Amino acid sequence: MSIDDTILIIGAGPAGTRAAETLISQGLRPILVDEAPASGGQVYRRQPPGFIRSAKLRYGFEARKAEALHACFDNIRERLDYRPETSVWSIENRTAFTLGLNGVDRIPYKSLLLCTGGVDRILPIPGWTLPGVYTMGGAQIALKAQGCTIGRRVVFLGSGPLLYLVAYQYAHAGGSVGAVLDTARLRDALPAIPGLLAGGLTLAKGLWYQNWLRLNGVTLRRGVQPIRVEGDGRVSGLRYRTAGGRENQIACDAVGLGWGVKPECQLAELAGCEMEFNAMARQWLPSGDVDGRASIDGVYLAGDGAGVMGADAAEYRGELAALTLLADRGVSIDTARQDTLKSRLRRLMRFRIALERALPYPQGFAATLPDDTIVCRCEGITAGDIRYGQALEPQEINRAKAFTRMGMGRCQGRMCGIAATEILAHRKGVPLAEVGRLRGQAPIKPLNIFIAGEAADDDPDRAASI
Amino acid sequence: MKPIETEVAIIGGGIAGCSTALHVALRGVPVVLLEKRQPGAAASGVNFGGVRRNGRALEELALAARSIDIWHNLSELVGNDCEYAMTGHLKVARNEEDMEAMAAHAEAQAAYGCEVEMISRNALLARYPWFSDLAYGAAWCPTDGQANPRLLGPSFAHAARRAGATILENEPVVSLEKDSDRFLLRSENGLEIRASQVVNAAGAWGARVASWLGEKLELWPMMPQMVVTEPVPYFIEPALGVVGGDVYVRQIPRGNLIFGGRSGTANLDEGFGHAITEEILCTLQRSALVIPRMADVNIIRMWSGVEGCTPDHLPVLGSSATTPGVTHAFGFSGHGFCLGPGVGAVVSELVLDGASKTPTEAFSISRF
Amino acid sequence: MSGNTEHGQFVRVSEKERTEVTMHVDGQAVTAMAGDTVLTALMLAGTQVRKFEFGEGARAGFCLMGACQDCWITLEEGGSLRACTTYVRDGLRLTTSSVPI
Repeated sequence: MSIDDTILIIGAGPAGTRAAETLISQGLRPILVDEAPASGGQVYRRQPPGFIRSAKLRYGFEARKAEALHACFDNIRERLDYRPETSVWSIENRTAFTLGLNGVDRIPYKSLLLCTGGVDRILPIPGWTLPGVYTMGGAQIALKAQGCTIGRRVVFLGSGPLLYLVAYQYAHAGGSVGAVLDTARLRDALPAIPGLLAGGLTLAKGLWYQNWLRLNGVTLRRGVQPIRVEGDGRVSGLRYRTAGGRENQIACDAVGLGWGVKPECQLAELAGCEMEFNAMARQWLPSGDVDGRASIDGVYLAGDGAGVMGADAAEYRGELAALTLLADRGVSIDTARQDTLKSRLRRLMRFRIALERALPYPQGFAATLPDDTIVCRCEGITAGDIRYGQALEPQEINRAKAFTRMGMGRCQGRMCGIAATEILAHRKGVPLAEVGRLRGQAPIKPLNIFIAGEAADDDPDRAASI
Repeated sequence: MKPIETEVAIIGGGIAGCSTALHVALRGVPVVLLEKRQPGAAASGVNFGGVRRNGRALEELALAARSIDIWHNLSELVGNDCEYAMTGHLKVARNEEDMEAMAAHAEAQAAYGCEVEMISRNALLARYPWFSDLAYGAAWCPTDGQANPRLLGPSFAHAARRAGATILENEPVVSLEKDSDRFLLRSENGLEIRASQVVNAAGAWGARVASWLGEKLELWPMMPQMVVTEPVPYFIEPALGVVGGDVYVRQIPRGNLIFGGRSGTANLDEGFGHAITEEILCTLQRSALVIPRMADVNIIRMWSGVEGCTPDHLPVLGSSATTPGVTHAFGFSGHGFCLGPGVGAVVSELVLDGASKTPTEAFSISRF
Repeated sequence: MSGNTEHGQFVRVSEKERTEVTMHVDGQAVTAMAGDTVLTALMLAGTQVRKFEFGEGARAGFCLMGACQDCWITLEEGGSLRACTTYVRDGLRLTTSSVPI
């Protein structure tokens, strides 16, 4: 394929894999760039060479899907221009700038398929920067991809589909689980049951994990309000309030924290996609149509990076976006298959909405965090700093960033952005959408000066002089 | 909606406009400022942050000295020191020719009370061993400094409000007309302001506003682009820039290096500047040639902004040539950060007293 | 190595039969296994990646997927690497303090 035709897929998780498979089946040869050394993304992350555990042990109920996805990738790998351990750090004028083992490179593209996935959505709580606190997803990766638990006695705190799953995986692997503390309340979950049933077996699996944990003596609590992580130099316990209002403390040496997933959409923004506020997710997402097209010609969106819908949806959306891309290029496609995929996605969206209602992000806690709680962990900026903004009254989040430095650290607001906007909106007394979102800038991850400088366009007149 | 009646209307909420608003308000005179986005959102907020007299055009030195007095008293005036620190500034020579030019300029600057000392290569490398030997020597101005540009405009706006000024945000001005003996300004949202006097502090859009008065001049948009690194141990105290303008670097006490060079791109209608990735790669390469230790450091963000550049790189400051009652204050051509606070004081004098104790003839719009 | 080292943070619960790899952290040898990330190796051995630049305490990683940028650690020779996305290799020499530039 010439540069004029280049299809670039960013991300080799479930969405990217199925997108690549679909394009390959039409004889195309996309470039597939992925940060990791192996395909699978995070949910189906492969283990390093030399590891021997079975898929069943690592992925549990999802083992079959994981193996099918990996087999799919392995089958098409040779027909792809596959570039692992390569991350995209900037996109400009239809060119992706990458960083790989050989340094910085450029990939001009005609079509772009963004399958960038997500990262845990977290709520900063007092003490969360103590060594020993990890995201829920991180806790799962430690076990799944490294064969380790994050501590000797772990408390899981948060809500969302991952909570009971990770706790179960830890307990099942012989790790000690101090407690599973769910901030969601049963009375929020009950009305969402019909929607939750649209997710197929997911609800049943969740209940199964909870039951297993209970039967194995793990403390489960709902309607929990976190108070703080305690410890001197590292985690030694977690203090929380029960649904009944009683203050409890539990000894532990690690905390897994998480409230679902949030999309990684910095590249969508850099690629020129419009962003719009999604009230259900309480987040800004790249605008897109039901077929997977973004707001800008030639760009397609799939997977959690376009809006969190889970792994199954990611596979469907990857395939769908690829079919749409093909259709847009005049290739005749299986429209019945497109319809099937869209119908499945509609059902999964009903599930997602119900999930968000049943297991919500505790925006109330975010909004009312104590002033001295660190929110931006990269720079050490507190909730109070954000609220009062050096007395300069920031009206929206980029101003808050300019005045307080929140979001100016290495992660560029990935971890703190959600909580920071909730805090600011609450302070201003305005709807969340009104405080805006952090504007994305390149490089989306830290980039070494020397390596990047090596790739500068050579100008002989300037060589070795300033 | 009735027009807002005021004495002085200011178009543009960069540092020039906000400082003017504060100084006028401190004199007890009603003043309304209209800013198309938020105070300090454009060039004032995204520039390098150098508070510099080193190598400055001689015509600007009196204004710069006035402004630096204000910089030294910022906390008192606006309640925030904007992280100003007198770290000194090094202008780095590439060759003997640069050294000679800078030495001549340093001599001329001394007459304006600005001491600049020439430093040979050996002395420079002994004092600052992190320079490569591409640094031929430097002009050193110990009274220069640096500050946080993101705080300056907003701090002046905040202080101006406290002093009684009305600062209106998200109100792009779309027209300026004479209305009998007053001026009528209209914003995009239909807001109307009537004032006796108008200040055109519209930055990169200053020439557009001037054209509404029949005044023509070339004002090119310039987009200096910046990069910032992760925090690293503090090792560069002075701000520095290489002659030729292609590399300038400073480090804040928290450890981040802020550096820049070359140009980004901008959409003037939107008012946002963007760094150009390819150009940033060149900046990275060249910066590491000057300060090799930077090679180990990671960058985490790049940006640009939009500034107005005049043909002679001097600002437009002073009365309109066609319309009595209008005072211009724009076109700072990429070196207005140091001048901004002082511009406000000077413009308030021009507006309220008809004259300023700081000379501004060299900046008259009539020169074009 | 600073930080509470009465026991490491992480616990290896499986995959225990792998090739040994030795790196150095703050001058002390740390034995890990091929396939461990640098973060895993650090967390098994001790509790710190680096001192926090802007306050008390230390950093020990957070997301384990290269998103949060919490786990950047300095190399003795200068430069840095992201611990959770870098595999251990023999001869790696790291420091949990910052190295003067």
